[in-house]
Amino acid sequence: MASVSYENVTKRFAGDTLAVNNLSLDVKDTEFMVLVGPSGCGKSTALRMLAGLEDITEGEIKIGDKVVNDMPPRDRDIAMVFQSYALYPHMSVYDNMAFGLKMRGTPKAEIERRVTNAAEILELGPLLKRKPRQLSGGQRQRVALGRAIVREPQVFLLDEPLSNLDAKLRIQTRIELQKQHRALHATFIYVTHDQVEAMTMGDRIAVMRDGILQQVAPPREIYDNPANMYVAGFIGSPTMNFIPATVQGTTVKASGFELELPRAPGVEKGTLGIRPEALTERPKEGHAGLDLKVEVVEILGSDQFLYGTVGADAITARVDPNLKVEPGDRVRLGVDTRRLHLFDLETEKAIL
Amino acid sequence: MAVAARSRQTKTEKPIWDRTAGRWIRIYIPLFLFILITLFPFYWMIVTSFKSDQELLDQNANPMFVVVPTLHHYQFLFFESHFAQWLLNTTIIAFASTGISLFCSVLAGYALARLRFKGANSIGWGIFITYLVPPTLLFLPLALLIKTFHLFNNLFALILTYPTFLIPFCTWLLIGYFKSIPRELEESALVDGATRLQAMFRIVVPLALPGILSAGMFAFTLSWGEFLYALIFMNDTQTKTLPVGIVQELIRGDDFFWGQLMAAALLASIPVALLYSFFVDYFVAGMTAGAVKG
Repeated sequence: MASVSYENVTKRFAGDTLAVNNLSLDVKDTEFMVLVGPSGCGKSTALRMLAGLEDITEGEIKIGDKVVNDMPPRDRDIAMVFQSYALYPHMSVYDNMAFGLKMRGTPKAEIERRVTNAAEILELGPLLKRKPRQLSGGQRQRVALGRAIVREPQVFLLDEPLSNLDAKLRIQTRIELQKQHRALHATFIYVTHDQVEAMTMGDRIAVMRDGILQQVAPPREIYDNPANMYVAGFIGSPTMNFIPATVQGTTVKASGFELELPRAPGVEKGTLGIRPEALTERPKEGHAGLDLKVEVVEILGSDQFLYGTVGADAITARVDPNLKVEPGDRVRLGVDTRRLHLFDLETEKAIL
Repeated sequence: MAVAARSRQTKTEKPIWDRTAGRWIRIYIPLFLFILITLFPFYWMIVTSFKSDQELLDQNANPMFVVVPTLHHYQFLFFESHFAQWLLNTTIIAFASTGISLFCSVLAGYALARLRFKGANSIGWGIFITYLVPPTLLFLPLALLIKTFHLFNNLFALILTYPTFLIPFCTWLLIGYFKSIPRELEESALVDGATRLQAMFRIVVPLALPGILSAGMFAFTLSWGEFLYALIFMNDTQTKTLPVGIVQELIRGDDFFWGQLMAAALLASIPVALLYSFFVDYFVAGMTAGAVKG
C-alpha cells in the first residue's frame, strides 16, 4: 500500500506567504501523478511537504494510511530526485547510490546486488567508480534516478528532474522514466512546469496555480474538458483561443463571426474557447465557419500554424502543412462546434 | 599563402623585446621586490642566530654574512634555558584551543547557516560583534575569572581564554562556507535516510573541509603567536609560551642577547610555516570559496 493523500493541506511561510492553499489530493497506489503549474504555484512546496523537508502548516498528509506530518523524512519510505540531482560530490557513483542503503544498515552484499542491478538497468555500469563531476548531465540524471531506485521505496518524488537536460535527452529520459514506472510498480509523484511532460507522462495531472489546485484528471480529460480558463490556457500548445462573446439562446456572437452551440448555456456573456485544432481548412457543407485574415504563418513540418485576426479578435489555427498560405491571405475555416468551450466571465469556470 | 599567413600572425603579436620587457616590469620585478622585503627579516634572523657573540658585536665585520657559524645559541636554548618547555606549552595550548574552537565553530556555524530558528540572525551578528571587542578591554574581566578559578600559571588559563576570540572568528568564517554548500545535498541525504547529524558529518563536513582547515590554520596561528593574555596569565617561567618566554627571559635587563633571540624566533616560526606549506592548496580553496559559484 502506497497511496498518498493530502487532506486540506496548507503551507504558510514566514511573512504570511501562502504557498499551498487547502490542497486535497488523493494519489492512488502505483499511479503516476503529475503536479504541474508555473513557477511559484506551490507544486514544489507540496512535494517537499510530502518528503518531510517542509513543515505542514495545516492539514494532514498520509502515505498509505499513516499520517506522516511529524515523521522525519528518513522514516517515510520515499525517494526523491532533485532538479539539480543533488549528487554527493565527494562520493563515487557507487557510493552515491549506496548511501541511502548504508544509512539504513542494509547488509553489504545486498547493497552491492541492488546497486549493480540498478546500474545495469540505467547503463551506469562502467561509471560506478567515477565522481559526479566527471559525468555528463544525462549521466548525472541517471545516477540520481539510480539512487532512488536502489532504495526500492514506496513512493518516488521527482522535482523537475528533466529541466537541466537538453531537448533530445529530455525526450529520451521521459520515455525511460515511464518504462521505470511500469517496471517498479511504485507510486510516482512528478513535479514539472512543462505541460508536455505532464500530458505525456501522467496517469493523472493536477494543475496548480497560486497555491490552489485547479483540476485533477487524466490528460485526455484535462485537455478536452478543462475546468476553467486557466487550465484550458495552460495545457495545449499553441494555447487555446479565448474570444469575448455574447450569447443569445444557442447562438454565440463574437466580433467577427457567429456560431451555433450544441446547447443553450444560459448566460448572456462569456469567453469562447476554441483550440487551434478545432479549426479546419476543410469546412463541411453547412458547417459554421469564419474568415481568418492571416498575419503570420509557421510551418513545423508536421503542422502548420496560422496566426491572424477575425474581426477584432486574434485567432490561432492549426491546419494541414500542405495548405499553401501566405501572410495577408484570407482563409475560410470551419469550426467543430462539438469542441467549443465557454467560460464564465466572472469566475472563469467552464460552462460548456 | 604560407608567407602571408605568417606575416599576418606576426603582425598581431607584439615585438619580442616588448613582451619580455613587459613581463619583467609587470611580473618579475615587483615579485622580486616583494620576496626581498618579505624574506629579508628571515635571512637576518638565520644569519644572526648562527653568529658567535664575538662576531655579532664586531663593528668591522660585515653584518650580512656569517664567517664562523656556530650552534652555540641553539645549544643554549635547548640545554640552558626553558625554551623546550615553552615550545611544548605553546604546542599544547595551540592544539587544544584550536581543537575546542573548531568543534564549537563547526556546530555553531552549521546551526547559524542552516537551521531556521528564531533569532538566528541576531546571534550571528552577536558573534561577529564579540569578535570586534579588543583583547585589551577583555583581559581585565578575564583575569578576574582566571583568578576565581585559580588558573593563573596553568595552561588551561590560555586553553580556555583563546577560544573567546577564536570561536567567533572561526564561526563567522564557517557560516559563509556552509552557506555555499547547496542545501539540496543535505535534503537528499535526509530523504535517503540520514539523521540531521549524519547528514552534517557525512555530507556537509567533508565538503566544508577546505573551509574548516582554513579556520583551523587561522586559529592555530593566532593562538601560536598570541601575546597579551599569555603575558598576563602566565608569570611562572615554566608555564610561559614562546612569544612571552622569548621576550621576557632572553632579554635580561637591558641586555639583548641577539643570537639567542633570533635563534628562538626562527625556531618559533618554523611550525607555522610548515603548517601553511602542507595545507596551502586547501587554504587557497577555503579563502576563495563562495567567490565563484560551483
